[in-house]
Amino acid sequence: MPRRSDLSSVLVIGSGPIVIGQACEFDYSGTQACRVLKDEGLRVILVNSNPATIMTDPEFADATYVEPITPEMIEKIIAKERPDALLPTLGGQTALNAAVALHEAGVLDKYNVELIGANIDAIQAGEDRETFKDVVERIGGESARSRICHSLQECLDAAEELAYPVVVRPSFTMGGSGSGFAHNEADLRRIAGQGLALSPTHEVLLEESILGWKEYELELMRDGNDNVVVVCSIENFDPMGVHTGDSVTVAPAMTLTDREYQRMRDIGIAVIREVGVDTGGCNIQFAVHPENGRVIVIEMNPRVSRSSALASKATGFPIAKIAAKLAVGYTLDEIPNDITAETPASFEPTLDYVVVKVPRFAFEKFPGADPGLTTTMKSVGEAMAIGRSFSEALQKAMRSLEKRGVGFTWAGGPGDKDELLRSVATPTEYRLRQVQQALRAGATVAELHAATRIDPWFLDQLLLMEETAREIAAAPKLGAELLRSAKRLGFSDTQIGEIVGKSAEVVRELRYALGIHPVYLTVDTCAAEFAAQTPYLYSSYDEETEVPEGARPKVIILGSGPNRIGQGVEFDYSCVHACFALSEAGYETVMVNCNPETVSTDYDTSDRLYFEPLTLEDVLEVVRAEQLTGEVVGVVVQLGGQTPLGLARELKAAGVPIVGTSPESIDLAEDRGEFGRVLADAGLPAPKHGTAHSFDGARKVADEIGYPVMVRPSYVLGGRGMEIVYNETMLRDYIARNAEVSPEYPVLIDRFLDDAIEIDVDALYDGHELYLGGIMEHIEEAGIHSGDSACALPAVTLGNEDFERIRYSTEGIARGCGVRGLLNVQYALASGVLYVLEANPRASRTVPFVSKASAVPLAKAAARVMLGSSIADLRREGLLPAEGDGGTLPMDAPISVKEAVLPFNRFIDRQGEGVDTVLGPEMRSTGEVMGLDADFGAAYAKSQQAAFGSLPTSGAVFVSVANRDKRTMVFPVKRLADLGFEILATEGTAWVLRRNGVPARVVRKQSEGPGPDGEPTIVQLIHDGEVDLIVNTPFGSAGQSGPRLDGYEIRTAAVVRSVPSVTTVQGLAAAVQGIEALVRGDIGVRSLQEHAEALRGGEG
Amino acid sequence: MQVPAILVLEDGRVFHGRSFGARGETFGEIVFNTGMTGYQETLTDPSYHRQIVAMTAPHIGNTGVNDDDPESGRIWVAGYVVREPARIPSNWRAQRTLEEELVRQGVVGVAMPGTRALTRHLRDRGAMRAAISTEETDPERLRERVLASPRMSGADLADEVTTEEPYTLHPPEGVPTRFRVAAIDLGIKAMTPQRLAERGCEVTVLPAGTGAEEILATEPDGVFFSNGPGDPAAMDGPVAVMREILDTGTPLFGICFGNQILGRALELGTYKLRFGHRGVNQPVRDVHTGRVHITSQNHGFAVDAPTDGPFDTPYGRAEVSHIGLNDDVVEGLRLLDRPAFSVQYHPEAAAGPHDAAELFDAFCDLMSIQHAQPAKS
Repeated sequence: MPRRSDLSSVLVIGSGPIVIGQACEFDYSGTQACRVLKDEGLRVILVNSNPATIMTDPEFADATYVEPITPEMIEKIIAKERPDALLPTLGGQTALNAAVALHEAGVLDKYNVELIGANIDAIQAGEDRETFKDVVERIGGESARSRICHSLQECLDAAEELAYPVVVRPSFTMGGSGSGFAHNEADLRRIAGQGLALSPTHEVLLEESILGWKEYELELMRDGNDNVVVVCSIENFDPMGVHTGDSVTVAPAMTLTDREYQRMRDIGIAVIREVGVDTGGCNIQFAVHPENGRVIVIEMNPRVSRSSALASKATGFPIAKIAAKLAVGYTLDEIPNDITAETPASFEPTLDYVVVKVPRFAFEKFPGADPGLTTTMKSVGEAMAIGRSFSEALQKAMRSLEKRGVGFTWAGGPGDKDELLRSVATPTEYRLRQVQQALRAGATVAELHAATRIDPWFLDQLLLMEETAREIAAAPKLGAELLRSAKRLGFSDTQIGEIVGKSAEVVRELRYALGIHPVYLTVDTCAAEFAAQTPYLYSSYDEETEVPEGARPKVIILGSGPNRIGQGVEFDYSCVHACFALSEAGYETVMVNCNPETVSTDYDTSDRLYFEPLTLEDVLEVVRAEQLTGEVVGVVVQLGGQTPLGLARELKAAGVPIVGTSPESIDLAEDRGEFGRVLADAGLPAPKHGTAHSFDGARKVADEIGYPVMVRPSYVLGGRGMEIVYNETMLRDYIARNAEVSPEYPVLIDRFLDDAIEIDVDALYDGHELYLGGIMEHIEEAGIHSGDSACALPAVTLGNEDFERIRYSTEGIARGCGVRGLLNVQYALASGVLYVLEANPRASRTVPFVSKASAVPLAKAAARVMLGSSIADLRREGLLPAEGDGGTLPMDAPISVKEAVLPFNRFIDRQGEGVDTVLGPEMRSTGEVMGLDADFGAAYAKSQQAAFGSLPTSGAVFVSVANRDKRTMVFPVKRLADLGFEILATEGTAWVLRRNGVPARVVRKQSEGPGPDGEPTIVQLIHDGEVDLIVNTPFGSAGQSGPRLDGYEIRTAAVVRSVPSVTTVQGLAAAVQGIEALVRGDIGVRSLQEHAEALRGGEG
Repeated sequence: MQVPAILVLEDGRVFHGRSFGARGETFGEIVFNTGMTGYQETLTDPSYHRQIVAMTAPHIGNTGVNDDDPESGRIWVAGYVVREPARIPSNWRAQRTLEEELVRQGVVGVAMPGTRALTRHLRDRGAMRAAISTEETDPERLRERVLASPRMSGADLADEVTTEEPYTLHPPEGVPTRFRVAAIDLGIKAMTPQRLAERGCEVTVLPAGTGAEEILATEPDGVFFSNGPGDPAAMDGPVAVMREILDTGTPLFGICFGNQILGRALELGTYKLRFGHRGVNQPVRDVHTGRVHITSQNHGFAVDAPTDGPFDTPYGRAEVSHIGLNDDVVEGLRLLDRPAFSVQYHPEAAAGPHDAAELFDAFCDLMSIQHAQPAKS
């Protein structure tokens, strides 16, 4: 069946901000879908609140709405655009839930919008556990024994019947949110309680434990002609009990016979038919009993998922792209396989390699959070690697994580075997390394299997690595044959160096002298049965390289590796833009990255894709392979964040041409002394600062600078360990908690500018001209990490004089540092002085936001500048506006507000309590949203709606602020009272409010306990759902009792109950403006295309 | 202790590896199989007789060997090429390791890194003769012997793989016997008669050389022609037998080699594919329903027939019923005026997906229609 001719426009829903469990894989799938639909001649209307996505680039849709993904806003878009159809299966659970809500609200019927790619019944059958169990039963499959519960009492009764431990799974939540193992009644009360609250249908499923069983996944696709193919099988290295998103996973399945695999395939196909997924992709999870093969169907997702993105990258079969084609009427056999060009998509990819995915965690950002891995997903990113054997792929994947302490190592001693065997029984992010160390310490496969339930075959592959390491250690000399066999098992030069007691450089030189290099093989979907047309390559120490001859000058772009807090999709965005811009400019673009979730690792993005770890060794080999087949003009390192930047100097030292800002200039900006001189030369002020090696030293520096001060360890970047200290007691406490402070690891102390406005600037510099991309004004005061702070563009409280000073300062820094390309500068404006906080001569996290808000493709322009174009050239070409820049936006330009999204609801401590939600100098957000509207209030309200759900327009506001904030709080709180909110406050705050004429009801602090007549504490009130907004600014030091603890309990209760919570007074002022806009009720929708038109109109 | 082994192709390409399985020397036509599961079924598939099979999936042997999954009484491949043989098996049904089994059955193999390079070579140059040796270290001398070894074209191998004595499979407990099927064993896989038996067929498996008269003497409701090794052009005997069966109007079903024999019986030509179809992911479209099945295939030869509609044959009109979507190869034939059809792929699917299992039902349907209206002649 060809494409349906009755469709002419389609609304696509994206997945919103990056959160744990729903990351940029949906940008990858959404981008593919938009591309396909546009190619098919359909008018594409897109809604996604996340500006840091490629899919929301204006060229990927005809009308792009960066608006909150709420039924109300989508209805406004539907009313305005009147699409024929809605495609909800490519935007994760968010899009699916939105589609169901629109259907239930009658919006789809009202506007005659057809749901394509999914139907409501199939969504319900896949998502509703009870319905799904019936489906499994009908097709002759088995589910785990279970009970559906709607109350805590039902849960307790069911658990008695099923026997502990039981699994708790809330219905309709994503990424396993709210699920967990209950080993006893106390566990159950806690997990089921939260699960009932989290589930939109207040429903949880209690299930028999299948802990330790083997876990598998199948990715299936079905077309309108009932053809079904299994795209990929995935086996979890970590057995049941660890969420698949947190597990090491392997494709294809490694330990199934054909009979067992085919049985799983039969069940999968029967399920997809019975559920009634009309067209598109679907993911089904299975558990298999390791001793008798009993197969249990765990769940299905009737949509494109994280696993399907992984499966697409693992096989070369683009699931989302095909799903979009199927949704508009094609059948699988009508769609060509991109990679072979001559065979159809109606086939099942076969792999002649092994793919391993490993998760990356961020527990260090959430001190106190339980580091144990459970059925709730906690990882923030992942790396994938491909090799011709499991060990090669696993080793590459582990080094792709770029995280100290989690990879395999042969340095130092392994530790005590028995202790390691005890540790591995609890899955944590360190387990795999502990398993490897246990093997080093002499543990057997049988012992490790008993402790972990990891399949013996996987353990034996690790043992093979260990045996090879021993062979290397015992060899009198590292000969070619031994070195080659170690490289075939994925050993890095660094690891081999550890074993033989030499540096990685020495091993590399030896390897080069012996002529041992990897070759590059193609991911071709067919195990080489047909020739591949798409150069999607991976390295292996195999026999025959498949790198094609280059035709044009090449530029290699280094990506940003696995997503982590502080380095996420925003950097991938810039890399993708560089690929697009440089391809258009006539270069052959070569992408290197190892993150399977991204658009950059879509083989359609660059001319050539290398799915490789971003380590010096791996990148040098890619450069070598490319140099052997043509001219490499340069390597781009400044767009992918810290990962490629960290390689810049060594790459340059190895003779690799780096384009754009030189590695020396990058280092200069990081070096306090050197950078201080640049500032001094340009006459720019910076806050006073100093360095200390002990508490006494720190006290002296702090006294000199004056409190408050910002303190941080010198050895980490990205705000790790950074805190604001208000007095000597807090300083002593900080030094005590950071025991590593020593001459080797000094602590850096900066003057903290209280009450300063923080300003973020992204700019472009070509050596002569500065192009100000955008000036962002932070809503939270300086001291909150810029990544966690909301900000507005154009700046809302700055004047022309400020803009000019910012331009002058930025240009001075750009010139002084020798920037060629992008530059991000953070300023603090305090008492009329513009202080330079820091400068980063590279793409920043805010580049996509600035590009969307100003309708200028900043990263594309940056890539061109790095390759030698001038800003004047780009203005002539039309890539940049002919005149003006982001510093000269018209006064009436619409306001864009960026808001950060934080993952606090994912983390609980060992006692099962939530972790603190206070914002600070350490970044903890996983993603961002953008609100765009004519004025600040409306734009801010949209950003809050998109990030957290709506701000309240009535009800009760609880206020409890630190003394220093009491003065500033009065006015906004009074405004809330005027708007009709009831004000609740703790005693001190209440008195201040009353004295200022604001009626406030006093409520009891948690530390005071319930009153004599049973008056509830504020925490109880929050849990009872009687508070609609919380304003709580932190005071006292972390980890102590008293006021700080009170605040902590309030904020964690807010997270559990999903009550909007404001932790700064500036945030409160913004919230009040947002609430006012909502009360006015005049919030509309406006597409980016209309926005760009308006901005262009404003210029002329 | 690792023993070196070499693989030498008739065009002079040499691969180095280490011995896997039995030591010694072996010759055969080298082909690649792209299945990621089912090595045990592949090894024991008689259609691989005289072929050296290279697996494109790198890890082989992970689930060991059990006594349930073989498709015949022995390993048939002439030699085995893998990349990463498992050191330990891991599966609840495993009884021993693959290497032990290869040694036990005297199958010479090689474990070598270059399996992908080999596949690319065969894809471009076609299947060819080859040898694996752990004894000869000089590739050139080994190549001379490869060049002296027999070719697959023109090979009649059915007699080497067929059963010596007829045997009968009964429907399993609880399944009533509905039909009697005579299955001609040209290299039959165990799953085929089992799939028929599950559907109520009492299957008598007959040796390849059985004449039409003997076949009909078993009073079959239907006759089945199996898969098997060798060149269909050399199969004059079975072609003649099939023609006699077609003359009687007895329902007839052929798989793989059986499809090629039907093609020849209909006076269609057969030809050798460059590198054949060997794997479990081959898409095939049913020309009438438009449905696509993912099929298990193992064939180096194919039938040459018009794919643009029905054509005339000595047995009335016929049509190409199934087409391979990767390369438009004829994957099925059907007579329109007589109860006979065949497919080039393996609906019994061991190894492989079960998508085409309904073809056994179609055969049963033909037999039940024939029951209702006895044959004309």
